[in-house]
Amino acid sequence: MLLIHCPYCEEDRSELEFRWAGEAHIARPENIAAITDEEFAEYFFLRNNEKGLTYERWRHIHGCGRFFNAARDTVSDKFLMTYKAGLPKQPIPTAEQAAAIAEEKTVETWEATEGDAR
Amino acid sequence: MADLVSRSLPLAGFHGGSATVRLEAAPPAERLSLRVRPEDVGALSGALGLDLPTKPKTSVSANGRTALWLGPDEWLVIGDVNGGLMQAAANSGTPHSAVDVSHRNTAILVSGPGAANAINAGCPQDLSLKAFPVGACSRTIFGKVEIVLLRTAEDAFRVEVWRSFSDYAFGLLSEGARDASAAV
Repeated sequence: MLLIHCPYCEEDRSELEFRWAGEAHIARPENIAAITDEEFAEYFFLRNNEKGLTYERWRHIHGCGRFFNAARDTVSDKFLMTYKAGLPKQPIPTAEQAAAIAEEKTVETWEATEGDAR
Repeated sequence: MADLVSRSLPLAGFHGGSATVRLEAAPPAERLSLRVRPEDVGALSGALGLDLPTKPKTSVSANGRTALWLGPDEWLVIGDVNGGLMQAAANSGTPHSAVDVSHRNTAILVSGPGAANAINAGCPQDLSLKAFPVGACSRTIFGKVEIVLLRTAEDAFRVEVWRSFSDYAFGLLSEGARDASAAV
């Protein structure tokens, strides 16, 4: 079972207690009446849907009920870190984490595992 | 004056369990869903007569009342019927939100050596004494329904569940109780 660290409960909890809540760090335009339709569409509808490292909002809905931010790798589904809502985008501790992600990305192929089976 | 119609518990008459787990419906209680800003916690604690816990997954009991930490500014307060919880909160004189949820919830008392295993049949939390000691509490999930879990003793839990879900929760606990005793 996937465990997610809730920064408010200060504990790893089962994914069953959480809900995904979309991309994080999307700031509402200061003067929303003044922006063009295209700018509004960009803010309101369009999301990056990145492959790999993404910043997302999650909610500990069946726990403390709080929204928080998480950095997640969408390929390996590995949570790199979580932090409280309202904090600016947190940098990923690069060196060791990158290695960890690289390891997770190893894909078992038929050639690699069965290719030499004669 | 007409007699007031007494309200029956949603789980009245339910009984269950197994060789190692005992399941029973908890007696009626007064319950308060309380939201308070951090700066006003002191005033509400004074008004309610117990220190609202501010550490995650902890509860505090005093004067027949128990306050369970649910979130950074949210508590479930459980007290005796007609214990005046709403009035006590109102007397605090500070801004807060207190909602009487006495009849929204009902509770199931789970006890016995297999109690933790019975609950773990539908609840993903670590219920070992190290991770979930006596007095620990948490809102969590049990099968398909949300519950608030409180450990009242080493082998006893209180499961707070919404009344319309109580039938399901009791049924799943019964299944868990049967499995827990089979595993021993």
